[in-house]
Amino acid sequence: MKFVLRGHEPRWLAPVAVLVAVLVTLALTAVPIRLAGAAPLAAYERYLVTPLTSTHGLHEVLLTATPLLFTGIAVAIAFRAGYWNIGAEGQFLLGAIGTTWVGTTFTDLPAPVALPLGFLAGAAGGLLWAVVPAWLKRRAGIDEVVTTLLLNPVALLVVQGLLNGPWRNSSSGFTDSDRLGSGFDLPALIPDSRVHWGFGVAVVVIVVTGVVLARTATGVRIKAAGQAPRAAEFSGVDVGRLQWRCALVSGAIAGLGGASQVMGVQHQLTAGISDGYGYTGVIVATLGGLSAIGVVLVALLLGDISVGAQNVSLVLQVPAQLGAMFSALLLLAVLSAMSWRRYRLQWRPRPRSGGSR
Amino acid sequence: MTGGATDTVARPLLELTGITKRYGDLLANDDVSLRVAPGEVVAMLGENGAGKSTLMKVVYGLVRPDAGTVAVDGRPLDISSPKDAMGAGIGMVTQEFSLVETMTVTDNVALSGTGLGRVDRAETRRRVVEAMERVGVSLDPDRLVGSLSIGERQRVEIVKALFHDCRVVILDEPTAVLTPQDVRALFETVRRLRAAGLGILVVSHKLREVAEISDRVVVLRRGRLVGDRVTATVRDEELAALMMGGSTDEVAAATATPAGEPSELEAAVGMGDPEPVQPAGAGPTTGEPVLLLTGLTVSRGGRDVLSGIDLTVRAGEIVGLAGVSGNGQTELVEVLSGTLPVTSGTLEVDGQDVTSADVGRRLAAGLGRLTEDRRGSVVPQMSVEYNLVLEDLPAYTKRGLLDRKAVRAHAEAMIERFDIRARPADAVATLSGGNMQKVLLARALARRPRVLVVAQPTRGLDIGAYRYVHQQLDELRTEGAGVLLVSEDLDELRALSDRVVVLFRGEVVGEMPVAEASPDRLGVLMAGGGSS
Repeated sequence: MKFVLRGHEPRWLAPVAVLVAVLVTLALTAVPIRLAGAAPLAAYERYLVTPLTSTHGLHEVLLTATPLLFTGIAVAIAFRAGYWNIGAEGQFLLGAIGTTWVGTTFTDLPAPVALPLGFLAGAAGGLLWAVVPAWLKRRAGIDEVVTTLLLNPVALLVVQGLLNGPWRNSSSGFTDSDRLGSGFDLPALIPDSRVHWGFGVAVVVIVVTGVVLARTATGVRIKAAGQAPRAAEFSGVDVGRLQWRCALVSGAIAGLGGASQVMGVQHQLTAGISDGYGYTGVIVATLGGLSAIGVVLVALLLGDISVGAQNVSLVLQVPAQLGAMFSALLLLAVLSAMSWRRYRLQWRPRPRSGGSR
Repeated sequence: MTGGATDTVARPLLELTGITKRYGDLLANDDVSLRVAPGEVVAMLGENGAGKSTLMKVVYGLVRPDAGTVAVDGRPLDISSPKDAMGAGIGMVTQEFSLVETMTVTDNVALSGTGLGRVDRAETRRRVVEAMERVGVSLDPDRLVGSLSIGERQRVEIVKALFHDCRVVILDEPTAVLTPQDVRALFETVRRLRAAGLGILVVSHKLREVAEISDRVVVLRRGRLVGDRVTATVRDEELAALMMGGSTDEVAAATATPAGEPSELEAAVGMGDPEPVQPAGAGPTTGEPVLLLTGLTVSRGGRDVLSGIDLTVRAGEIVGLAGVSGNGQTELVEVLSGTLPVTSGTLEVDGQDVTSADVGRRLAAGLGRLTEDRRGSVVPQMSVEYNLVLEDLPAYTKRGLLDRKAVRAHAEAMIERFDIRARPADAVATLSGGNMQKVLLARALARRPRVLVVAQPTRGLDIGAYRYVHQQLDELRTEGAGVLLVSEDLDELRALSDRVVVLFRGEVVGEMPVAEASPDRLGVLMAGGGSS
């Protein structure tokens, strides 16, 4: 039995591989669900189906998916170019800081000015946080996986430092920032729901990115740089510069995610502004095959599971962490299944040994 | 196991029976049986992809056959690793040597054999010297392998096989990396091995070498053994026909081209007249210089890898660049391609100074490139169609978006014109070496370059692809473009070039019309004999 490189990938293969991975994940998670004292089938229904059966549930799924759309597409762009940005978490936090700074400084701005400014500040914050590792990579060849990853806790410390110091809430004294000016409140995208315009911005960013990646010369160059840097270089692509640019765009988009979360959900900076969205973004991008449409589907799926997990923990009395466990197992299963897209298994009969014996 | 029905008198040393090996749909070896007697040199001929490598890997325990047996001295063996093969008395000298450069000749020879026990260095050294004397190899056993030439390293590998008391020695394309002088020394060594009663199997695709060294020739084609002949009585045309699968008449016709002109077939199988022949485009060329290098110097790691290169390629000529690998050819190709910066000197393409131009501007100036690093020139997971337009993306962009129809149409046209066996959407990684080379050739020629820089364009290609590439280069010259052909295959250089330039240690040490470029003269220059 061995793996052989595929010549062509049949169209049905990717969906089937994902389906198989999902089934494997369900089978594996059945064990801890049982251990927690619940019936697996009932739990699955609540994880995956229940959130989609009510309007409120659907809205919550969109709301939960919004930050993942930003971080997912941010990571996807960088990964495509072969720049392993694991720092979307920190870039997201710096984006939130940037937005909070303008939102608490220019409190009287009207919405038409405030909202673009808020997003701009968020993008700038994320970009700023992405500059250092990208620059180190380009100038000194320092591995970006390490630098981007290690800057994440630093970003969280910056947030905590600000909230414990200069930005401590001036009225309550809690370690949350002051509320942003009312012009910075993102309006609801869907009336009478918590779904805000951040979702709309995310969709626009993803559509634009998707078109650039799939339909432009730049997209082809990014793909070439990521998959075969030497060949890209040979063909006249300045791989270093392209990765540098993708790294900065990636950081800026992650920063937009932070802006969206501050202006759309919290309306102030809190230490818990990111629920690991930057890290989950890596999962979203990878599971989504680094494509725009894949990022959308996976972000929605993870949003669904996340909303369902809260429901499950309430109703079935199992720990809410089972939702995260489900997502993590799904990642592993899908990554394993995806190897089928490039390779096929070949069974070969055991060779007749020795011949005459 | 009956040995009576063999065509050799002696009992075979090495006997392969019914070796069959299948890779997916490809039958790499189909019921191959073969015998090598003591004191016999058997040459195995076959074009690239005929199954020679697979068969060698089976013998050496690197690949398990689906069926068939390997026997040494009539004993069937269960060989599942090179160690087993060596233990059974089979030694293999491959094209890539497994030597530790920072160790001495003695230590390298001893390294492969000793277990964890203590090494008696004096005793080992004595045995190494003895093994070298047996085959007439004169090497200082205390020299570091890193200071040895390629030919000398190959001799160390042969000594290694002897040291382990191997009785069958397999040489896989042994002359591929050697200068003519080294080839002569190698053949002398092979004769000594034969005299010592060893069985020798030489894998090659060069007819001339086979004729010179072997007693018997077996021909492999598409995995099957299609011929077994005595070297002394077989005609070259017959062997070529067996290799290529054409009828003998067809081959004879092909080889009987007008006097003085080397046929592609002759060039391809290396059986052309050993004396230089007058190629079609020879004689003083008066075309415009399309590639002009003046005092070109390139430093890498504080060392000049190219120093003061002056070189001109004119429109309508092919200039061959000869040299033993590692003397600056790779760097020259890189610097021309635009992936290695020029330290000093100038570089002009079709009259434009491109010394410090990036790849895009060089291509725009009329440069085409086909380097030896095929895998480093394509994006393996990307489709054929996008690899084809990778250097020319702006031309396929309309209002900011890629014109996918135009990309597809271009790919279909190129597939048709260059006979690429693939569909536009296939990933390049799934193509054979020959088809990959055609994709690269198509990409390089699509923009009608004024000058094409090619390096080892036929390495690893089967004879069909080999002829095709040569034909394309020849056509390019006829159309008035210049070609700089970098090759380690002297037959190829002499068959195609109008002029030959020799590179040694980063310097041009000789330049001559092809008529004066005899293998001996080139060999002397390539070995540095002309620089003093």
